[in-house]
Amino acid sequence: MGTNEKLNNETSGSVCETKVVTMVEAVNAALHRAMQNDPSVVVLGEDVGTNGGVFRATVGLKDAFGCKRVMDTPLAETLIAGISVGMATQGLKPVAEIQFMGFIYAAVEHIISHAARMRNRTRGRLHCPMVLRAPYGGGIHAPEHHSESTEALFAHIPGIRVVVPSSPTRAYGLLLSAIADPDPVIFLEPKRIYRMVRQEIKDNGEGLPLDTCFTLRQGNDLTLISWGAMIHETLQAAKLLEAKGIYADVIDVASLSPIDMETLIASVQKTGRCVIIQEAARHCGVASDISANLSETCLLHLQAPIFRVTGYDIPMPYFKNEHIYMPSVNEIVETAQRALEYA
Amino acid sequence: MNQLLTLAANAIQFIDSTGQLKHPLPASVNESLLLEFYRTMVLIRQFDKKAVALQRTGQLGTYPSCMGQEAFSTGIGFALKSDDVFVPYYRDQATKYLRGVKLHQILQLWGGDERGNLYEGAAIQDLPDCVPIATQITHAAGIATAMKIRGEHRAVVATCGEGATSRGDFYESINLAGVWHLPLVVVVNNNQWAISVPRRLQTGAETFADKATSAGIKGVQVDGNDVAAVYQATQHALNRARQGKGGTLIEAVTYRLGDHTTADDASRYRSAAELNQAWELEPIKRLQAYLHNNALWNPEKELALQAESKAAVEKAVDTYLGLAPQAPNEMFEYLFEELPYSMHSQKEQFIQKANSMGGQRHGH
Repeated sequence: MGTNEKLNNETSGSVCETKVVTMVEAVNAALHRAMQNDPSVVVLGEDVGTNGGVFRATVGLKDAFGCKRVMDTPLAETLIAGISVGMATQGLKPVAEIQFMGFIYAAVEHIISHAARMRNRTRGRLHCPMVLRAPYGGGIHAPEHHSESTEALFAHIPGIRVVVPSSPTRAYGLLLSAIADPDPVIFLEPKRIYRMVRQEIKDNGEGLPLDTCFTLRQGNDLTLISWGAMIHETLQAAKLLEAKGIYADVIDVASLSPIDMETLIASVQKTGRCVIIQEAARHCGVASDISANLSETCLLHLQAPIFRVTGYDIPMPYFKNEHIYMPSVNEIVETAQRALEYA
Repeated sequence: MNQLLTLAANAIQFIDSTGQLKHPLPASVNESLLLEFYRTMVLIRQFDKKAVALQRTGQLGTYPSCMGQEAFSTGIGFALKSDDVFVPYYRDQATKYLRGVKLHQILQLWGGDERGNLYEGAAIQDLPDCVPIATQITHAAGIATAMKIRGEHRAVVATCGEGATSRGDFYESINLAGVWHLPLVVVVNNNQWAISVPRRLQTGAETFADKATSAGIKGVQVDGNDVAAVYQATQHALNRARQGKGGTLIEAVTYRLGDHTTADDASRYRSAAELNQAWELEPIKRLQAYLHNNALWNPEKELALQAESKAAVEKAVDTYLGLAPQAPNEMFEYLFEELPYSMHSQKEQFIQKANSMGGQRHGH
């Protein structure tokens, strides 16, 4: 749209700063950078303006870019997703925050029926470059509906990307790529690790590739596959296994849809053993689909069944019992050892 | 029943059902514009009848007739400027036609071909038809937001049926238009029936226009069978919107003379007596009467227009029926800007399957 320059009140200085940040700070840095570099990027959601977001992911944006580009919306998730679709069809790049994934369901019709289909429906005439960010997952002792991991709902839908970062650097790089992407992205931020670790990021505006897995550790004995907050339990498990002389590939799927099966297949064909770890409920989860795909492609390389370590097919318990629900490091280690017991 | 299509005391109406002027026509509606309204409405009536006939003979998919809605869609179409954005629901054939969408493209859409949404040569910023009820209004609010952010003097019209006013998307959108003073005009086609559910079961409000009050925007009711009233109200609302004076909710009182779609049979739930009464109020006859009464029309002109419209519709049908099918790979080309690597093998399988099926095509 030729009108974009009207929005460009900012000087787009490209100061490359190296900073040590938490994951939520990395999200914030990526939002600042994207808004600075592209005047068509706008941020909207509940409490994202003056308050800077309930997790502070949008802190400072309103001061830096003004209330026309950083919009506190009425309390209506359907509206947030729906107006994002409308804005996106006219050349803006809305980055909307859904305050918790447990409240995203009111927005689902717009995601599935419109954002995911607008390009296809109009044979490319209109498209929806929009990002819906939502903190997700359990482990922060929150009230009901604040601990969901329902990424599989979205991974099932053609036409949208589902991206999950698991570290500050990946949050920064993947969010920048999600915002730059010309198609809709559901960007799920595992809030349990928002402030768990600090990492150095280069705030240079460079994105990380979407539709690509990240191999975090390499080993020939088995493949551990996970995403989001569970990457941390998985890495701890890999270290414990290493102490026992067992070396694992640890792969962060990161883009749940479209998924980079090539990397996963190559690893499992190498190791012959695989454990997939997801926080979400077991039935019809992303782990199930990865497992099915691997069994179709790796059968003759497999030396053990593909195991899944997952949550349970019950609503996430209220927080006094959520620790039982969540997959643990021990479960991952034990399941890996089970996989290794097959000769 | 005897109160069919009763208007509120303050509703806008110029030409009544007998073709008499209730109020002097607004300055913006001159004789030549009335003739243009009439030509469009007659063409779309013919087009609509033909589309239903195509469906009945297996040459079109399920189709939502717009019979009785011609004044509604024509008035809106003439009120919009080319750089405004129109956000339809799915009974807006006349408005789409006036926005430059070709009649054969409308058939193409209901004939099961996405390319009907390409809008070559038309208002390419307009949204395509929207099947999920009321969701288009939220998109329109987003488009109005984009205009506001950019400081443009443009506006958006979204249409919906009266059933859509029961949904959250309707309320959330008009509410936002009120809070943010958006250049949004929502025109409700209150055609009395949401498939089989009558107007009285949709709301306890006196009028649908009254719903504007809760949103803090202007609400107005018009006789939706009077094209001059629809045009004037929409144009006025669009001007206000373009001037930054905020949104308007317009309720246009009409009657759905056809079935909900070709898959529906309205005789199951509404009486012939009511339908006959509605035909007395329909939009084309009254405009024709007005034009006759004012010596702007005669039987010869009518015959010529009917013949001209018939020829245009037949040409559109010929074009539609002669369209080359989409190639199977097209089903994968618009999923994302670039097809992800992980999808390549599915695309190949789909093409192979299509090829193995030869020229077999699914009919209607």
